Amino acid sequence: MPQYILKRVLYMIPTLFGLSLIAFMIIQLPPGDYVTSMIASMQDSGANVDPRQVERLREIYGFNDPIWLQYLKWIGGILTRGDFGYSFEWNRPVADLIWERMGSTLAISVAALLFVWAVALPIGIYSAVRRHSVGDYVFTFIGFIGLAVPNFILALALMYMSYRYFGQSVGGLFSPEYVDAPWSWGKFVDLLAHLWIPIIVIGTSGTAAMIRVIRANLSDELRKPYVITAKAKGLPEHKVVIKYPLRIALNPFVSAIGWVLPELVSGVTITAIVLNLPTAGPLLLRALISQDMYLAGSFILLMGVLTLVGMLISDLLLALLDPRIRFT
Amino acid sequence: MTKPDLGTEGETRDDVALSVENLSLDFKLRTEILHAARDVSFKLRRGKTLCLVGESGSGKSVTARALMRIIDSNGIIANGRILLDDPKGKIDIAQLDERSKDLLAIRGGRIGLIFQEPMSSLSPVHTIGSQIIEALRLHRNMSKAEARAETIELLRQVEIPNPDKMIDRYTFEFSGGMRQRAMIAMALSANPEILIADEPTTALDVTTQAEILDLIKRLQVSRGMAMLLITHDMGVVAEVADEVAVMHYGRIVEFGSVDDIFYEPKHDYTKRLLNSTVKLEQNRRSTKRDSEVGTGKVILSARNLSKLYGASTAWFGGSTHAIKAVDDVSFDLHAGENLGIVGESGSGKTTLGRMLLRIIEPTSGSVMFNGDNGPLDVTKLSKRQLRDYYSEVRLVFQDPFASLNPRMTVRDIVGDPLRVTKKIGGKALDDRVCELLSLVGLDPSTRERYPHAFSGGQRQRIGIARSLALDPKIIIADEATAALDVSIRSQVLDLLLDIQKRLGLSFVFISHDISVVRYFCDRVGVMHRGKLVEIGPTEEICTAPKQLYTQSLISAVPNPDPRNKRMLHRTRFKD
Repeated sequence: MPQYILKRVLYMIPTLFGLSLIAFMIIQLPPGDYVTSMIASMQDSGANVDPRQVERLREIYGFNDPIWLQYLKWIGGILTRGDFGYSFEWNRPVADLIWERMGSTLAISVAALLFVWAVALPIGIYSAVRRHSVGDYVFTFIGFIGLAVPNFILALALMYMSYRYFGQSVGGLFSPEYVDAPWSWGKFVDLLAHLWIPIIVIGTSGTAAMIRVIRANLSDELRKPYVITAKAKGLPEHKVVIKYPLRIALNPFVSAIGWVLPELVSGVTITAIVLNLPTAGPLLLRALISQDMYLAGSFILLMGVLTLVGMLISDLLLALLDPRIRFT
Repeated sequence: MTKPDLGTEGETRDDVALSVENLSLDFKLRTEILHAARDVSFKLRRGKTLCLVGESGSGKSVTARALMRIIDSNGIIANGRILLDDPKGKIDIAQLDERSKDLLAIRGGRIGLIFQEPMSSLSPVHTIGSQIIEALRLHRNMSKAEARAETIELLRQVEIPNPDKMIDRYTFEFSGGMRQRAMIAMALSANPEILIADEPTTALDVTTQAEILDLIKRLQVSRGMAMLLITHDMGVVAEVADEVAVMHYGRIVEFGSVDDIFYEPKHDYTKRLLNSTVKLEQNRRSTKRDSEVGTGKVILSARNLSKLYGASTAWFGGSTHAIKAVDDVSFDLHAGENLGIVGESGSGKTTLGRMLLRIIEPTSGSVMFNGDNGPLDVTKLSKRQLRDYYSEVRLVFQDPFASLNPRMTVRDIVGDPLRVTKKIGGKALDDRVCELLSLVGLDPSTRERYPHAFSGGQRQRIGIARSLALDPKIIIADEATAALDVSIRSQVLDLLLDIQKRLGLSFVFISHDISVVRYFCDRVGVMHRGKLVEIGPTEEICTAPKQLYTQSLISAVPNPDPRNKRMLHRTRFKD
């Protein structure tokens, strides 16, 4: 097993190298650079641009270097100093920017994920065990509505409702008076009061999809002969379902962790913009629009790393859960 | 344990352990109600075996599961009583609440169940031990350590080698026979008075089947259990039954002692069932004189065929052990001859059949085909040349359900080889399809239907019609009748023989079922671990085999004659 992990980590090195190349290439793809887009927006607002100053900026930022040198400088900084470069737009190191947003991003994403599991798991099991019952149809109906309604519509509707009926300030994670206040009980309650909207908005479509998958997986497993064996042993039905088929039906979810991790960081950008959440999604979008190349590149690289780590974790977990899978 | 000791008290009590009275089971389907069992009555006696016989769909499994109240949610017990003998009077299982403690105590505690698929009837992600320990702790007040010790003892009783190590293994590390043994250990863990065995050996090889039946029988006798054995195989019935109930369309049509059923059957259906079984015990082609066997022109010959699996090296060094699936096999097939290939699962017979067609590339050796255009080295043909070869040599598959495309009509399925080779089209193709369908005994007017509208036997006929479409010289039939009921099986075999007579075909007939091969083939080759251990005329192989392995294989086949039980005196083969 340790040997297997070592092997997998070694495999990750060339993959990461390729990933960083691709990330760098993606941010170089659009014509022009940060300075171009800065000039464009300055000219839009009527300001005069001195060509010499532009040239000087290019010099400072290193845009005149050949691409491979730019890449080497960037990746060298990451590897040797943990320096992900400098955000032109925010005038701050990229690493600071990302870490700052990471806390709230993870809080919201993990809360939404827990919400999805807490709601979807019991409903999915119920739907599978009592397939074609009235309850199953009701949940299926609600589930499809959840899948079909776009997240931002739901976000707008919930924001309107919370403003109209609960008199809450909408958007963001805190009411204005708490934004810069130190942590206190009041701030925590205020956070909870704001948090439910993004959680429900982000969670609904996931919940709906999850119910369908659990229902499908589990009803396949319920028909397997080993379920009858367990029943014939004299095991009560709820124990039969939880111990045997559910255990196997959940395996596919473990293998999906690889997708969940990057999703946690960059997912639900539109919802975050609509709800004005201080998460990483909007930051990434802004960086891509303004060609803030080191910020965007670091984001893409970070998501790649998270995908790889997620895949490794899910492979290891799956092997622990399912004895049929061997390390080779 | 609250249960009374059966050995001492059994004599004073009624020896009927369980009696079923007028049991009817209904299943609510989309448009109608299916009466899966109607007015079924029988008694299970301590120490005796009742065999419930019938073909697929006759309601025997459902009836057996109803005794433990394990039926699908759309099914109900419409009528009747299931009386379980109890010191406090009789318990009617049919009246118990589905979730009651009483019922849970009966399931596994007083009635044990073994069933057919040893591959999937145990959980793949729990160890064998944990599954048996769970059953023990449900019914017998045991600590974990006691239950573990008892489990090891049980595994020893079902003759699993190294039980103290095997207890921590997973099901996929067990062979089919071992899994069935573990299943038996689990069913017996709580000392049930009644054992229900639902086709316990259908998925196993004959030699394994003989061992498992042997084991069940011995355990039953030593524990004085009543047993309900469900099977479709009259040979098994004759070997183990005391009493027999014959089931047909949800009713028990005949009931009697095993001797009566075999020697004085009264109901027509019982007679039909017996006839089709006994018929397979003879060789349909034995009218041919021995000297005629294997005298025609050699049409296909295999020389030193071998197939190695897993000989490649892995990425990170270290080559895995190679498995010789087929090891140096040579034989000749004569024109107009039926050659049988028998062997247990994993003996390489299917791989051999596929190599003859080069669906699987042989690792070494050659196949020569001697058609109308002179000899042809099949192993050297290019992809394009193989196509012509494929119109001469066709394959018939085992599973009539999976081998037909469900989205194609029968006409498209049967006509597909003709369309692919672009020989004929339009009206001529349609006529040819009609001709083929009537050749295999199907009504040509059904050719616009889809496969799901046909029964298993009919589907196999469609598959045969497809294989005949291009006028082949040789048909390779891989377990072509394994998925069919006995009566249908003999019909399909007769059909094949009939077609052979008319079209002058040769067959390579691959099967694990010795009686089928005996009925159908002129010569038989016996395969064991990739090697062809013996080849010769059918009668000789079946009555006086020379090799020890063949002897053990032949003697393990159940004999459908209760007065002459063959299995118990079988030759055992150890290597």
